[in-house]
Amino acid sequence: MASQAHVETLALREQFDTEAQQKDASTLGMWIFLITEIMFFGGMFLAYTVYRGAFPMVFAVASSSLALILGAVNTVVLLCSSFTMVLAVRAAQLGQQRAIILFLILTLLLGGVFLGVKAYEWKDKFEEHHIPGPTFHLEGVATDQQGHAQLFFSLYFAMTGLHALHMVIGVGILTFLIFQTRKGRYTADYMTPVDVAGLYWHFVDIIWIFLFPLLYLIDRHMK
Amino acid sequence: MITAAVQEREHYLNASYGIKSWLLTKDHKRIGLLYLATITLFFFLGGAFATLIRIELLTPQGGLVSSETYNKLFTMHGVAMVFFFLIPSIPASLGNFFLPMMIGARDLAFPRINLLSWYLLVIGGLFSLFAMLAGGVDTGWTFYTPYSTTYSNTWVIATALGIFVAGFSSILTGLNFIVTVHTMRAPGMTWFRLPLFVWANYATALIQVLGTPVLAVTIVLLFCERVFHIGIFDPVLGGDPVLFQHLFWFYSHPAVYIMVLPAMGVVSELISTFSRKPIFGYRIVACSSLAIAVLGFLVWGHHLFVSTQSVYAGMVFSFLSYFVAIPSAIKVFNWTATLYKGSISYATPMLYAFGFIGLFTIGGLTGLFVACLGIDVHVTDTYFVVAHFHYIMVGGTIMAYMGGLHYWWPKMTGRMYPEAWAKLSALVIFLGFNLTFFPQFILGYLGMPRRYHVYPEEFQILHVLSTAGASVLAVGYAIPMMYFIWSLRYGKLAPANPWGATGLEWQTASPPPAHNFEETPVVTHEAYDYSTVIGEVIEVG
Amino acid sequence: MGTLRLFPEQASTFAPEVDHLLYFLLTVAVFFTLVIFGAIFYFAVRYRRRSDQELPHVVHGGMALEIVWSVIPFGLTMVMFTWGASIFFRESRPPDDALNIYVVGKQWMWKIQHMEGQREINELHIPLGRAIKLTLTSEDVIHSFFVPAFRTKQDAVPGRYSTSWFQPTKAGKYHLFCAEYCGNRHSGMIGWIYVMEPQDYQAWLTGESPTGSLADNGAKLFQDLACVNCHKADGTGRCPSLVGLFGKTVQLSGGGSVKADEAYIRESILQPAAKVVAGYQPIMPTFQGLVTEEGVLQLVEYVKSLGPKPAAETSPAEGITGSTPGKR
Repeated sequence: MASQAHVETLALREQFDTEAQQKDASTLGMWIFLITEIMFFGGMFLAYTVYRGAFPMVFAVASSSLALILGAVNTVVLLCSSFTMVLAVRAAQLGQQRAIILFLILTLLLGGVFLGVKAYEWKDKFEEHHIPGPTFHLEGVATDQQGHAQLFFSLYFAMTGLHALHMVIGVGILTFLIFQTRKGRYTADYMTPVDVAGLYWHFVDIIWIFLFPLLYLIDRHMK
Repeated sequence: MITAAVQEREHYLNASYGIKSWLLTKDHKRIGLLYLATITLFFFLGGAFATLIRIELLTPQGGLVSSETYNKLFTMHGVAMVFFFLIPSIPASLGNFFLPMMIGARDLAFPRINLLSWYLLVIGGLFSLFAMLAGGVDTGWTFYTPYSTTYSNTWVIATALGIFVAGFSSILTGLNFIVTVHTMRAPGMTWFRLPLFVWANYATALIQVLGTPVLAVTIVLLFCERVFHIGIFDPVLGGDPVLFQHLFWFYSHPAVYIMVLPAMGVVSELISTFSRKPIFGYRIVACSSLAIAVLGFLVWGHHLFVSTQSVYAGMVFSFLSYFVAIPSAIKVFNWTATLYKGSISYATPMLYAFGFIGLFTIGGLTGLFVACLGIDVHVTDTYFVVAHFHYIMVGGTIMAYMGGLHYWWPKMTGRMYPEAWAKLSALVIFLGFNLTFFPQFILGYLGMPRRYHVYPEEFQILHVLSTAGASVLAVGYAIPMMYFIWSLRYGKLAPANPWGATGLEWQTASPPPAHNFEETPVVTHEAYDYSTVIGEVIEVG
Repeated sequence: MGTLRLFPEQASTFAPEVDHLLYFLLTVAVFFTLVIFGAIFYFAVRYRRRSDQELPHVVHGGMALEIVWSVIPFGLTMVMFTWGASIFFRESRPPDDALNIYVVGKQWMWKIQHMEGQREINELHIPLGRAIKLTLTSEDVIHSFFVPAFRTKQDAVPGRYSTSWFQPTKAGKYHLFCAEYCGNRHSGMIGWIYVMEPQDYQAWLTGESPTGSLADNGAKLFQDLACVNCHKADGTGRCPSLVGLFGKTVQLSGGGSVKADEAYIRESILQPAAKVVAGYQPIMPTFQGLVTEEGVLQLVEYVKSLGPKPAAETSPAEGITGSTPGKR
């Protein structure tokens, strides 16, 4: 087997011997990246668990103050976007250029809706003085417990903020893919970028599937 | 004749020229050299801080620098050495260069990500350097809250940001290694034919990928706490300062194995090559690396025995810590057994390997002391701990790193280093190291707390001994720096396989061609089969 | 420069125990170090390379050998674990008759309060032979109370109480260090422990001019802060009576219960709404920022003095301090 670099193509970079090898490497790479993401969010989930255990009552009150409807809407929006992402990957496997673009744009739009709703929710928080800081105040919580309530909102903003940051990155990736698809970069033989972007998008979706019940739902019954 | 042939032959160093051909390279070998240069810089920077610390500690009154400066010195020594030298050291330089070659690949799976990871280390390094130049940071490399979040008036954010960015460099290197080992092995290179250096780096990569993100999120929380004062580590607002310690050590204890596992991999290569025998119990040594990587995640709480962690948690963490001792002991015994009836050469890399085993043994055995609850209560946060981890990190990692550097120097540069000077410096380093750090065990048990600028007079004798050793050690590290640079121009030209080693990296020219191999190698033998590389043989043993 | 010693003084009951464990570990460590160093040295000389053409026979690993050198070290480490854990466990269980002393760490000093009201900074006077229980906290960052001669160390963490105890066995003057890095003058946060013969200790106690016992000071604070207006002793106030509270289990509003220990009393002063006693409204304001850590300790001691009395107060071991039980 000659080892000199072959002519490099997108589907076969010079360090690989076969296209299948390159696809395996890219997919495995994305899975490992997602594992690092789980560990990254894991630290936040741990902090949430510790403080929820320490201040269950205050966390219940704070949790109940979140906008349940908006959170639920966003969950549905995100689940739909995962579905359109699957359709985009499927279209890529079949080499249907127009369908890829259509479904990527749909996914992008749904992602945009999610971020829009999120922004609206944060704006409400701002007006209600639920932003951690000197003006923070949460009704229904004693003055000496405001710090604990603030802790809930700090975690809320850190976790949903980090999630939104991942959504923004995902939107960037989708935009990039749409332009690349328009240039005809992806064929039925080479659609790895669409595939791994799909993995990423589903991961971001799954993070929300954990965030929503943890932040919005878990203490509703205590009210 | 040979000279002419080598000079005409195209290899990775002369394949292209100019700064751009280095700064934009995708060649893992060149990136390995970029890392080598970067970490060498940080090593000498950290070394300079250490020198000032040791000079300061010559006298108990603390006259040389103010306590503010002293606190910054030991913090910056730790930050530079841990995050910008030890963690990238072996994997990012030697690993980057040799891991693909050892498995018979042309490059890592993601060459551009590899280059990106070097840039991230540089950017992170620049942040931290900026912090050091702008006024320094005084929290200790451990950044314990609430001191780091509320009370320190120094450049905590810039330093932490540097570590955050460098962390992603580490994650990406680990990710690249895992994918490469899984998907890029040459035909015939089965998992149990992999050189132990590859196994060790694979295990290290697992820790980098699983542990470093937790450090990243810890730094994010530290940042939020310091900048926005969200209260997560502040007891006044209901936060828990000890939670930071849990999160920090969840990464930083496994990080010790990021530093030492690749060193163990290097030593396995050295012991085998220079005794011409396969490593005794190859499979067990390979699996012990994975065992250390996994167990390393279960023991972080042994840093918190006196930090108000519950008594029972302390017991569980102490118990689990002893499990890490077993795979480590297995490795030491297997290396020693490999020497039995071998054909042992005293080349410089082997001297470093001997030094590693000796010092790692002492470092590991004193690890049993600090894992022991009754004793740790007395010695934690004293010089005993300082001595213990320097035996592992300097006596272990740096000895192996130096050994590996000498071993692979001919392959990387195409030149031999001067053997006599190298042997001398290996000896000086070994003696200087022991003189520096052995007295610190005694100091620690006597009760000398770490991070003390001023100390009671009765500790002075031992501090003077330690400082004397440090000056010997400094000389020991300066000599190789000089002869390595000298050898680039004046060293003897290196043959393809100067040591009679079996790894695939030795089956290609020195220095290797840009794509590593003229022909993709096909592996037909187990690792370390010396009958394949020695022509005429005299059987011994 | 002083003389070179290899081991610190033994001045508490723990010190010889920890040292014996250390001797065991040292023996194991020296043994294995000698074995490894000896084997390397012997093999390196015995099997040195005599010709560049040498090819040693391959020696295959033996499972039996691997098992032997895994199991033996494992057995030894389990001895170390059990031995170390048993000392640690006893270090975490102060005896009931221990003399209570309260320690507050702050940048960069140790502030110490005795039950009888004596206060010290960076010095601690204690009687020989009496178990001493320290309750530690910090006003700012984490500190660590370290007495090498006693082989004990305990972090003082802001926002919570930790305990440590020891029983001095030798009169003398011993180092007190802060062992957890706490900022600029960390190495200046040191002091002395004076272990005194009981009669000397008595003399010292009376020689100091106490400003009332800790509990008395707490009682005064209780008045000054107007706590007494609601926490009436007969239980007719708007807040629960604190008489006989300490050590009992309290039912909380919203379900659950909590043991009324030092940590709970501290929390109830600083964050009263966190755990409200069942049947009462969360009307108490926070005293965060209004009362110092030392003040909180005085209040805690006052609440403790309202009973029920710990068994220790009436035990024969009492009397060394000479204080009357009623004074607590």
